[in-house]
Amino acid sequence: MTYRSTFRAVGVIVGGRVIDPASGFDGVADVILDGKGRVERIERAGRDRRYERVPGAVLDAGGMIVAPGFVDLHCHLREPGREDEETVASGSAAGVRGGFTTLCCMPNTEPAIADQETVRFVLDRASSAPGRVYPVGAITRDREGKSLAEIAEMVAAGAVAFSDDGAPVASAGLLRRAMQYAHMFGVPIVEHCETPELSGNGVMHEGLVSTKLGLRGIPAISEEICVARDIALSRETGTHLHVAHVSTAGSVAIIRAAKAAGVNVTAEVTPHHLMLTDDWVARDFDPLYKVNPPLRTADDVTALRAGLADGTIDCIATDHAPHAEQEKDGEFDLAPFGTVGLETALGVCVKALRETGLMEWLLLIDCLSRRPAQVFHLPAGAIAPGAPADIAIIDPDARWTVTPDQLTSKSKNSAFYGWELTGLVKSTIVDGRLVHESNGARGRALPS
Amino acid sequence: MASDATPAPPPGRLRIRHLLGLEGVCREDIEKILTTAESFKEVLDRPIKKVPPLRGQTIVNLFYEPSTRTRISFELAEKRLSADVVNFTTAASSVQKGESLRDTVKNILAMKTDVIVIRHPSPGAPHFLTRATDAIILNAGDGAHEHPTQGLLDMYTLWERWRTLEGKRVLILGDVLHSRVARSNIWGLLTMGAQVAVCGPATLVPACLADLGIEVFTDVDAALDTGFDAVNVLRIQRERQSSDFLPSLREYARLFGIDAARASRLRPGALVMHPGPMNRGVEITSEVADGDASVILDQVTNGLAVRMAVLYLLCGGQVPAAAAREGE
Repeated sequence: MTYRSTFRAVGVIVGGRVIDPASGFDGVADVILDGKGRVERIERAGRDRRYERVPGAVLDAGGMIVAPGFVDLHCHLREPGREDEETVASGSAAGVRGGFTTLCCMPNTEPAIADQETVRFVLDRASSAPGRVYPVGAITRDREGKSLAEIAEMVAAGAVAFSDDGAPVASAGLLRRAMQYAHMFGVPIVEHCETPELSGNGVMHEGLVSTKLGLRGIPAISEEICVARDIALSRETGTHLHVAHVSTAGSVAIIRAAKAAGVNVTAEVTPHHLMLTDDWVARDFDPLYKVNPPLRTADDVTALRAGLADGTIDCIATDHAPHAEQEKDGEFDLAPFGTVGLETALGVCVKALRETGLMEWLLLIDCLSRRPAQVFHLPAGAIAPGAPADIAIIDPDARWTVTPDQLTSKSKNSAFYGWELTGLVKSTIVDGRLVHESNGARGRALPS
Repeated sequence: MASDATPAPPPGRLRIRHLLGLEGVCREDIEKILTTAESFKEVLDRPIKKVPPLRGQTIVNLFYEPSTRTRISFELAEKRLSADVVNFTTAASSVQKGESLRDTVKNILAMKTDVIVIRHPSPGAPHFLTRATDAIILNAGDGAHEHPTQGLLDMYTLWERWRTLEGKRVLILGDVLHSRVARSNIWGLLTMGAQVAVCGPATLVPACLADLGIEVFTDVDAALDTGFDAVNVLRIQRERQSSDFLPSLREYARLFGIDAARASRLRPGALVMHPGPMNRGVEITSEVADGDASVILDQVTNGLAVRMAVLYLLCGGQVPAAAAREGE
């Protein structure tokens, strides 16, 4: 029995605007679950009252959007090693609060997720978490970039992709061998694209703002050279390359050309890179705006949004990076990189993509659910008969202000404090069970 | 970057509450500092060089980086104004035991201090203190960001000579990339209506500075052809040489060093400045550093007057914070 089985079962979700990117369906409907954690059928709202015979509860979703649960290909859950910052359970709880029913956690833990025992450890922790969690294994032993980790054994244990995230595989020769090896198992190689000798000790985007602030810069070319190198290796080996947290207009252009040429490459972008520019660092040198890759320019933000809209960038991923308060409370250049993002992702994306007129709900939900699930071949991202009943119920008009009290993540290092966001996840269902319900969410239990 | 700007300061006060940098500091404030410095310079020529405005105020000089002239200049300025002064250097402090900047400052403030003068290798460290404390913060150099009192004393040295900076052409020469002095000079001079140009090797002069409305040169001789009223020669930081910014100091001296021939191409009456410490024979020859056009030692003297003016205007005329707390 998993922890999830202790949550209240949902039998039917009635009267919501069901948006299923996989089928293109967008209309008011009832979603009937089968009582075994799967979707049984979708039918016209109020067509009949058969649902009242479904064991379990009715969830009234009137005025709400009923979407596939979101899938995050890139988050940091800090377990093992920094359980003071986040755990698999607390990260998953933050995830379901943000509508994410599936999380893929990066291997830069202490020790790194670089062998089958650690993969199993994470999956064991995940079994008692409210949402689904899949580990991403390290490409190299201890993420040291020197020799290959035991990729086959980690695949067998349940790792869904491989990355040395936090750093690139600096050696092109070793990455080539990693791609050749991973190709045997059909798993993606996820690269944190950065050229260490170009980034140096940089702490923010290199440009006019870094020049004014006297902070060491990370040039855009640092990312772009690595993206180009990795795409060349992907083209040669045929291995699926997934570019993590794309941040520059140049990278978007390189990926667009590679896709047009048929290279097996996918990419993700974070909500904060879709919303913020390096100008935010100039507001009092606040380390909450210190992320890697760094916040770039307005032109980059425009290119990232366009790249996501036209499919060059496949999906949105949070790069949720929790840090203890004292680590982000000091000098900018000494603070660690990263912002939490699971609970603000939807609202920030609404602001960046919907309120700018760039996306309708269907495409936005696609970028958060179906598309990422496809990238890592995960059983998620659809509301369809037989699909896992992983569902996010969204109040599209709810406005809320981001404050530390609003976040359930163990760490509170959000770059969006004080922002008023539109779009709130009212309820989240995993395996047919209600794992999150925010205040004011409408729901009632059927009389037994 | 100024913070806490207020629309209408009382007479004798500045719009800014802290001096974090010269970016965003208004012309009115700068002019007030320059004219106040002039009156304090007069004090320095008196037999008894001490006045009472900061009596009862406690100032901590918090130096996380080695410094000689800036620390001595601040300490003397504070003592000339009758403040109580505490000097703090990281080499002999709890910082060596891993104490954070926030905790260090909280402890110092718990001892009822009013003003913190901070030099720190991290850009923005003084800004952090404004979030962490209620004390008046004075930036004495934060990494490669700003060194506002150096910028002010450089401007004062020019203003003292010309009585205006409007339309004057000033060349900042050398390692602009790593120079907090350059940034403060750029902001201050632009605010006061001067025309600013920078020159140095492309590895040490970010091209994006042109977006600030200043000229950017990588050929000092071409720059000199455009005519300047002053050149501010920056120190070449020898410790940067391991990072491959320059092939050699010898080559730098040949390409960018100011010698008598180059100095002679400045406009008649032009001034040569250097924030010190100088690498004689590298960025500047002794002939120029000690020549008639040099105002390098004037800068040091003026630094004392300018720092007295800044401290006076930031703190003067108000009830010392510690005294106010005691009266509550």
